[in-house]
Amino acid sequence: MAVGLPENVFLTKLDVAANWVRSNSLWPMPFATACCGIELMATASSRFDLARFGAEVMRFSPRQCDLLIVAGRVVMKMLPVLQRIWLQMPEPKWCISMGACACSGGVFDTYAVVQGIDRFIPVDLYVPGCPPRPEQLIAGIIELQDRIKKTGTLDGREFVTRTAATGPQPLELDEIRRLREATPVAGLEIFSTPDIKT
Amino acid sequence: MPLQVADTLAPDTPDKEYLWTLNFGPQHPATHTTLRLVLTLDGEKVVNAVPHIGYLHSGFEKLGEHLDFNQYVTIVDRMNYLSPLANEIAWHHAVEKLLGIELTPRCKYIRTIFSELLRIQDHLLNVGTSALDLGAFTAFLYCFTQREKIYDIIELASGQRFHSSYTRVGGVMFDVNDLWVRKVRDFIDGLPKTHDEVHRLLTRNRIFIDRIKGVGVLTKEDAINFSVSGPVARASGVVRDIRKDEPYLCYKDFDFKVICSQNGDCYARYLVRMGEIIESLKIIQQALENIPTGPINVDVDSRVVLPAKPAVYRSIEGLIQHFEVIMPNRGYSAPKDEVYAAVEAPNGELGFYLVSDGTNRAYRARTRPPSFIHFSVFPHMIKGHMLSDVVAVLGSLNIIAAELDR
Amino acid sequence: MIEESTLKQQFGDGIWISEFRDNRRVVVSAEQVHHLLAHLKNQLGFDFLVDITAVDYLEYENSTDRFGVVYCLLNMQTGERLVVKTFVNDPNPSLPTVYSLWRGSDWMEREVYDMFGITFTGHPDLRRILSPDEFSSYPLRKDYPLKGRGERHNFPVITRAES
Repeated sequence: MAVGLPENVFLTKLDVAANWVRSNSLWPMPFATACCGIELMATASSRFDLARFGAEVMRFSPRQCDLLIVAGRVVMKMLPVLQRIWLQMPEPKWCISMGACACSGGVFDTYAVVQGIDRFIPVDLYVPGCPPRPEQLIAGIIELQDRIKKTGTLDGREFVTRTAATGPQPLELDEIRRLREATPVAGLEIFSTPDIKT
Repeated sequence: MPLQVADTLAPDTPDKEYLWTLNFGPQHPATHTTLRLVLTLDGEKVVNAVPHIGYLHSGFEKLGEHLDFNQYVTIVDRMNYLSPLANEIAWHHAVEKLLGIELTPRCKYIRTIFSELLRIQDHLLNVGTSALDLGAFTAFLYCFTQREKIYDIIELASGQRFHSSYTRVGGVMFDVNDLWVRKVRDFIDGLPKTHDEVHRLLTRNRIFIDRIKGVGVLTKEDAINFSVSGPVARASGVVRDIRKDEPYLCYKDFDFKVICSQNGDCYARYLVRMGEIIESLKIIQQALENIPTGPINVDVDSRVVLPAKPAVYRSIEGLIQHFEVIMPNRGYSAPKDEVYAAVEAPNGELGFYLVSDGTNRAYRARTRPPSFIHFSVFPHMIKGHMLSDVVAVLGSLNIIAAELDR
Repeated sequence: MIEESTLKQQFGDGIWISEFRDNRRVVVSAEQVHHLLAHLKNQLGFDFLVDITAVDYLEYENSTDRFGVVYCLLNMQTGERLVVKTFVNDPNPSLPTVYSLWRGSDWMEREVYDMFGITFTGHPDLRRILSPDEFSSYPLRKDYPLKGRGERHNFPVITRAES
């Protein structure tokens, strides 16, 4: 007769246990810059109630959070701030790009707006919409929880292999052509025209 | 970002070693969105504040030169995102002034109802979040519940709950129906209860009053000298409301009061906003009772509105006219001139300075953003107050970063 | 109501008034604009500065000047509005500041400087306001492209493994 475990004991892997805990207690850091920030607030308030999915503990300090929600467009003056906040967050961490502007620049194809934050920081999940409805954001968070449960590891090994930038390469063909036509900006290091390989 | 010499010490500040510098923002819960302050502090007292803005500057005005009058409405939406439809109404008010279009009575009423609904929406969020910043969470939840009802009303009319892009040159996108009218009725019946609850939670709350009464005082002379408008100016005793002084849409048909206060502090601004919610309700009530029937768009022969869908599908004239309006190089021709037009947006005077070169897109579409002007007063208002008052004053000014930076 | 003849007596023939819809506009030379604005504020009661903005007339048909600078004024007592307009030109577009008349003009002038490169002499703190300090173009000029000159792409990339 085989010796069974008592009913209140079960065996699992440490990775799985950690993922189960992590996915059900996400602490979002709302990087709310524009309109999507208001929908993020609506998601957290009583009608949609993000607390049902264990992700309502919004903390504005990056040191306490493990989920960065970038809600709204990010412009070139703001991007260094976003990168710094991302680097300040402790591992393991995830990033949701909420809304069309954060995903791709949206309707703002102008000189100042970064055309998708995934060009400069890693993004795990995109929520489209301008702005996305709260239901959509909740669906995104559930999807992310699901993914954490499936692929996560205790020490974040799954991230180590991702050495390439996740976003599209910033210089498409038409952009190269336009850069050649444009007069270069002289005397400035950070805004100088980049070297273009042909 | 490195601090600059200009940030740390203002020219009129005595160079004292014990003054220290604090960076506030651009990512901070109480800034709501993206603005940055460099504060010079003497202990907890603010000696100087230097605002830094532009962290959301996305080139709205440049886009306005590349999109036609109807397309730009989607961009204008995203300017003051607490009350998107109010911006659309302001934009098309300017365009219609340029083109010389007189709207139909039904369209005027629909726009009036919407601009008042959005005023309520804006004030609700402002009251809620400014209380939230001071530690009162419940009022925020109550306000948001009512905001959701306004979102439903907008969604029913336009199909989108947030950025509706509802207005068009010479009219609106869709007509409203009986269900919509019933929903607005339900809303104006339900709002006074929430308004009352928020009143009971905040207006005589000792902690709330102690935090905001006498804080951030702006005198009437300063309000005029600093070009402040809207609820902030009215709280300082400036009796000016474009709805009364230069009636547009159909505001002259309605009976309402302009809420003003003498004190000019954060508490006065809070009370003015709460009072305006009730006045807006009155306007909506009167407008709903008297909403006329008839077309929502101006006459199709004026060649600025899209013809009705059956006409497009069944007649060649309708089809041609549809293309005339839609095609980028045809469209309507505007007089080659410049015009300034302003409406009373929830935040203050929202104006557009339009330069037209005769085509269907603006040569220059300048916005006169109330948030931009209100934020420039902030260093003046905060000097001599405590560090914790920064949040209270910021909340009462209702700074919207997208409108601030554009 | 401002009459053209009374203004002409004071400021000479270089000034003219036009009207479109309900906007009354005064066009004046750049040398006289500060004088006129001070006169309007102190003598005629236009005590509220609604807006300062500029227009780049580079691609405008039949235009002779490069930049137009627009001051929108309001008389708080009578509710009368007035638009004052003046023109400045390259290579060094410059106007006297109106900071001494209206303190609200501070940020408006900074924005015009940031977007068009028109300097306001005598302004206490004329820095860029919306663009980064290192930015070297004036974005709302007509010769600056809508999509910029690649400024929005010049940032270091952070990958997953190194963050």
